[in-house]
Amino acid sequence: MAETNFDVIVVGSGPGGYVTAIRAAQLKLKVAIVERAELGGICLNWGCIPTKALLRSAEVYHSMQHAESYGLSAKGIDFDLKKIVERSRGVASQMSKGISFLMKKNKIEVVVGAAKLDGVAGPLRKVAVTGEGGKVTNLTAKHVILATGARARVMPGMEPDGKLIWTYREALVPNTMPKSLLVVGSGAIGIEFASFFRDLGAEVTVVEVMDRVLPVEDEDISAFARKAFEKRGMKIHTGATVKGLKTGKDNVTATIELKDKDGKTKTESLTVDRVILAVGIVGNVENLGLEGTKVKVDRTHVTVDGYGQTGEPGVYAIGDLTGPPWLAHKASHEGVVCVEKIAGVPGVHPFKTDNIPGCTYCRPQVASVGLTEKAAKDKGFQVKVGRFPFLGNGKAVAMGEPDGLVKTVFDAKTGALLGAHMIGAEVTEMIQGYVIGRQLETTEAELMETVFPHPTISEVMHEGVLDAFGRVIHI
Amino acid sequence: MPIKILMPALSPTMTEGNIARWLKKEGDKVKSGEVLAEIETDKATMEVEAVDEGTLGKIVVAAGSQGVKVNDVIALLLEDGEDKKALEGMSGAAPAKTEAAKSAPKEEPKTEEPKAAPAPAAAPAPKPAAAPAAASAGGRVFATPLARRIAKDKGFDIASVTGSGPHGRITRSDVENFKGGTSVGGAGGGLRLGSGATFAPAKSKLVPHSTMRKVIAKRLVESKQTVPHFYVSVDIDLDRLMDLRAEINAIDEKTKISVNDFAIRAAALALMQVPGANAAWSDEGAMMFDSADISVAVSIPGGLITPIIKSAEKKGLAVISAEMRDLATRAKEGKLKPEEFQGGTFSLSNLGMFGVKDFSAIINPPQGAILAVSAGEQRAVVKNGQLAVATVMTCTLSCDHRVVDGALGAQYMQAFKNLIEHPIKLVL
Repeated sequence: MAETNFDVIVVGSGPGGYVTAIRAAQLKLKVAIVERAELGGICLNWGCIPTKALLRSAEVYHSMQHAESYGLSAKGIDFDLKKIVERSRGVASQMSKGISFLMKKNKIEVVVGAAKLDGVAGPLRKVAVTGEGGKVTNLTAKHVILATGARARVMPGMEPDGKLIWTYREALVPNTMPKSLLVVGSGAIGIEFASFFRDLGAEVTVVEVMDRVLPVEDEDISAFARKAFEKRGMKIHTGATVKGLKTGKDNVTATIELKDKDGKTKTESLTVDRVILAVGIVGNVENLGLEGTKVKVDRTHVTVDGYGQTGEPGVYAIGDLTGPPWLAHKASHEGVVCVEKIAGVPGVHPFKTDNIPGCTYCRPQVASVGLTEKAAKDKGFQVKVGRFPFLGNGKAVAMGEPDGLVKTVFDAKTGALLGAHMIGAEVTEMIQGYVIGRQLETTEAELMETVFPHPTISEVMHEGVLDAFGRVIHI
Repeated sequence: MPIKILMPALSPTMTEGNIARWLKKEGDKVKSGEVLAEIETDKATMEVEAVDEGTLGKIVVAAGSQGVKVNDVIALLLEDGEDKKALEGMSGAAPAKTEAAKSAPKEEPKTEEPKAAPAPAAAPAPKPAAAPAAASAGGRVFATPLARRIAKDKGFDIASVTGSGPHGRITRSDVENFKGGTSVGGAGGGLRLGSGATFAPAKSKLVPHSTMRKVIAKRLVESKQTVPHFYVSVDIDLDRLMDLRAEINAIDEKTKISVNDFAIRAAALALMQVPGANAAWSDEGAMMFDSADISVAVSIPGGLITPIIKSAEKKGLAVISAEMRDLATRAKEGKLKPEEFQGGTFSLSNLGMFGVKDFSAIINPPQGAILAVSAGEQRAVVKNGQLAVATVMTCTLSCDHRVVDGALGAQYMQAFKNLIEHPIKLVL
């Protein structure tokens, strides 16, 4: 490699890192990106994208099993887990190659290896990249953006072994179909795997320490989701803790502490084929050479200001490495703000997390943005709440997807849309409508005046707004 | 049915105005053409004339009301034979025969008034709670719906808020963090200063801003914050000009050419000699003007206004002098038409009458330059190696460096100086 000095070095090529690198290149900065594994990071290779491929297979399988309800007949319906996984891996590898192309197109130098901050040389920061066989490449740049992401959190006494006790990583490439499965944690990752394996026929038990599933979502959505999951045959324990996991020859016995109906604590044991651990993430802050710098690390995450600046001049951090929400699109946008600030783009506003949508691709899907009803009330807002069920929507019923709910939360005083919460078919594709509305700071008046196309499921979004102001039409 | 009198649009960009005063009381007989009320817009005060005859049944919007939307009902006129009962149930929303109030400055009855179009005669639609807020002299105000609503609730004029969003759009946080203005409603509690401290000395009173004051504040802040000003000063020998002026003014008693009139003519001719200085910046390109329309700052009660001597390069001193006197008189009465003070390619500000030695003026956007003229005074000067006494004035050009570079500004001042020092060129 001829060139070793850059304007910006991005460490990590996930959706935070590679988008940052491309934006930097667009701003005429000379950019290098360092990646120790596959381009595209967890998102493309071991997260968002391959799970969507798996879930799509499960969804099609589910539809085929219910062909009759559409007036069709299908016999001998079956699946091949190996082929499902192959398809998922194929999608991931295709997308990763796409990133490689994008790096070339934007003239971004891709350096393979693990990067470490290595002091300063005058106004420049030094970065040492250890590649294959321990070969070290020394780079320099004015600005170093850390985008190393995060990994599954491990709880003491519940260490994954990769065979019987899985994290998302093993769950993405299962070699056998577990007959029974325990999912620990009911956040987006846990619930998506629970949904996938349940659709393929596994007996699934979900244990959640909080008092409801999908605990970041609005309470009404959590309740709706729980009902839908239980209808599908999932067993759900909330307010419950896994006290220990004991691995057998080809199964695991879990000790679960839960409360019975009277609120008394009791302990149950459950033997399952496999366990998936999805109890949060920790930031990848190790081996980055942060020791001895002014970079502040708080509980495995790097502390930054609104522009990704750490305590150390010339060193920035974005994405899962910094604060929540830990989402790919948050990382991308945070990186864009960071690099635009570095390039001196006029009018760059500090990064804000209050309008970032979250999506969970279980069946039914869940999507939301902004404050839940409870959070809004806790913040002291007087709220107006609208609700609309999918059952009142012609398109949803025609599609055979009548199970869903949209809920809107407005500030009664200003008409600001404080939050929107959806569960049901295709809601992950629709939530952006509310996000745009919030970004443009609409009030209920503009949302009510907006004409939604008929027949679409998106009409539920309009009705959800109308209902908050006593103007709902179809219920 | 009573006739609705609507808030007229006095200029194409006007969206709201203030009712300065009512000249008729409820119950007064009104004839067509009579003046009903005076309306204050950004800079001018205009009169509203009655179109129909009848009795002024009800004044809907009281004198002193600010921010009245164009086409809002401001009064109801009873036709002959109608009594007050007909007013019952009349509100802005009820369908009724509607007459647009006509407006015209007193001096200019009906002629040459294409811009002050009467309001459309259609009945106004009922306004939603969040009616679009104001536009200032600059035209449309870009603001989010939420920002408009919060500004309205707080009683701010949204036009006085500076936007931080894309292309200067005013967002919620801009309005929420806005501390620069006092609320239109004049709520008490002391004045919030920029630092966040509350400033309320024992002896002070809060004078609500007039529309003109708000426009001055907004435009000049915008100018100083967004226009890169730089300044070129020259000292100009006035002796010859003073001699010539005395000679001209001695011709008859009616002619009284002021130094200011000379300066306007010289400013215009210098623009013809250095046309690059007759320019305005826009994002799309530099706007180059053919004629020298000189905006002349005139101090008026409560602020200032810049009436325009159009194509001053083509006008002789006597014409400029007469026009200036007329414009200044009407400016002080608040009776200028919008087209008489909007536009202009170059500004001139003269504080010489106050004995000011030197000052720098703020550019009047979107113009590219403004010339500050100070007092002529006797100074010791060196002429041909000898100390001498001469009448000298210092003039300072403020230029927008985006369109007028340093050398260009200097060339302009050179041309201006040359014209003033050889005043015979101004008479040709």
